[in-house]
Amino acid sequence: MNIISAQKLSKVYHRGAEAIRAVDGISIDIARGDFVSFVGASGSGKTSLLHLLGCLDDPSEGFLQVADTTVYKDDKALGERKLTKLRREYFGYIFQKFYLIPTLTVKENIMVPFAFHRNPGMRQNVTEIATLLGLEKRLDHLPKEISGGEMQRVAIARAMVNNPQVILADEPTGNLDSKRSEEIAEILNSLNRDRGITIILVTHNQDLAQKAGRIIELRDGKLLV
Amino acid sequence: MPTINRIAYKNLRRKRLRSILTLFGITLSTWVLVSLLGFNQGYEKSLNSDIDNLGFQVLLTAKGCPYEAATLMMQGGAGLRYLPDSVLDDLSEHPEVIGLTPMLMQVAFDPHIGDTGGIAAYTGVDPRTFPGMKTYLEFAQGGWFEDPEALEAVIGYEAAELEQREVGDYLLIPDHDVELKVVGILKRSGTQDDGTVFVPYKALQKVFGVEGKLTSIGIRVDKDTNYSEFEEKLYELPDVQVVSMAQVKSTISNLVGTARIMVMSIALIAILIAMIGVMNTILMSVLERYQEIGIMKSMGASAMHIFRLIWTESVIICLLGGILGALLSIGLAAATEALIRYILPYSPKGSLIYIDLPLILRSIGIIVGIGLFSGIYPAYRAARVKPIEAIRSSEGEI
Repeated sequence: MNIISAQKLSKVYHRGAEAIRAVDGISIDIARGDFVSFVGASGSGKTSLLHLLGCLDDPSEGFLQVADTTVYKDDKALGERKLTKLRREYFGYIFQKFYLIPTLTVKENIMVPFAFHRNPGMRQNVTEIATLLGLEKRLDHLPKEISGGEMQRVAIARAMVNNPQVILADEPTGNLDSKRSEEIAEILNSLNRDRGITIILVTHNQDLAQKAGRIIELRDGKLLV
Repeated sequence: MPTINRIAYKNLRRKRLRSILTLFGITLSTWVLVSLLGFNQGYEKSLNSDIDNLGFQVLLTAKGCPYEAATLMMQGGAGLRYLPDSVLDDLSEHPEVIGLTPMLMQVAFDPHIGDTGGIAAYTGVDPRTFPGMKTYLEFAQGGWFEDPEALEAVIGYEAAELEQREVGDYLLIPDHDVELKVVGILKRSGTQDDGTVFVPYKALQKVFGVEGKLTSIGIRVDKDTNYSEFEEKLYELPDVQVVSMAQVKSTISNLVGTARIMVMSIALIAILIAMIGVMNTILMSVLERYQEIGIMKSMGASAMHIFRLIWTESVIICLLGGILGALLSIGLAAATEALIRYILPYSPKGSLIYIDLPLILRSIGIIVGIGLFSGIYPAYRAARVKPIEAIRSSEGEI
């Protein structure tokens, strides 16, 4: 069963009179439990596609559905309030930069989503997730007191804390050395394998991309078949 | 468990120096505001208390300058003009009058005051009527004189301290070589009576050679009296000046009005500067955390959550500043009062700055209100951040 379904999805940016089709009529279905890697040269549109599929950006054309919710159809996008709910319930995001709040401890950073949506049942997740990601001894540290690899693991924990069905990761190893990159790749692989979380990944890292069950290459905003 | 309030508080600690400087501005503004409101409250209260403690509502003096008469009423002093004491009989015929007390103020040059000498003042009062009007006066030693012609004196607390006199001692009226026996020393009353030497008025008339003359008459009137009608009746008496309590209040209020407006303007400017400071601090903080706010939105924060987060930051800073400013104003109340007394043309006795809990709560409420107002624009800006714009500005790839 598909968790995300996109048909003829496009994103057009305007720079002055010039129209740039960052995503150009892409149709793709992503099933629950898939591990998908988008690869391609810089400017190929893989990050833009990730943002559209993760409901962070509005498409310019096409159709997009997440689970049973139609996000975009016939030039009509879902309202901001419903989009917020959708992001909260379905998605966890990991970025190249970790975006941790420097004044909060590791534990508090992991729990930031709870500040906006209280779900007592999920609080026990924190310890479990921290242990899974090897952060149990770092929970009271500030971000400046931990390594880059640990910071990315904190960002992954934060993305996981709401029990998302899909994790979207944009160059999650971009700021890490090869050893830390391998750790992160293994974590994402195990989340997909052991927990059935759908992973959608954008990366330049071939080793990381190879962890995915589906590797999709993009060029000029289109899928290469 | 991080809450919006906790995240907001910790955000303020991120740029400590900036937050402390903003807090300092708010603290100073609150200090000015609380002191000003405390002054308005205290001045009014002290002035009313001074006037109520006069014991009478209307003062009759010889015709002259009304401001001079007001000064006479509030601070004592020797009138240059006299009323004949037969006026007492005329006044007692008015049905509105429920009490009368004649007063005679006289001064004598005392070469022993200071290095070059000074003026010693004496207030002649009627022992039968005056104590009934000044019921709040209490004695530390002795009591009131009883004979209106006796060469005796009752002295106020400060005058007794200055003259180093006790009951049974004698007080010399310089130039006249007359000694007054001290029969009573008053407790501190917080009024001008503390510095006064009271003498039976008929004795004082004789000593100073002004028999049959008075400088003023205090009139206590019935509570239902129409003051303007009563004043008109009094002006039918020849060569009199009528000073009512309301006139005195209004005269003094006019005198200090300019100073009050000036202080109010300073407070307003201080509040405005603090408001701009808060807005600037919070706006800077929003712009610096643009991407972070976008990420929060991707984690499920709604526009309202972000608005609340930023708004809370401005409220926290104003609440802390408000509390610190209120404490500062209480701590510096004595110094502020001394400064105000130095500036004002006339200050009543008693506390000029009256700070109570409702005033503090009201002031903190105003400051928090300013925080809420100042935070609206930065919070609105933050709430409008789209996650994609924030992320794209950082990732740089399309």
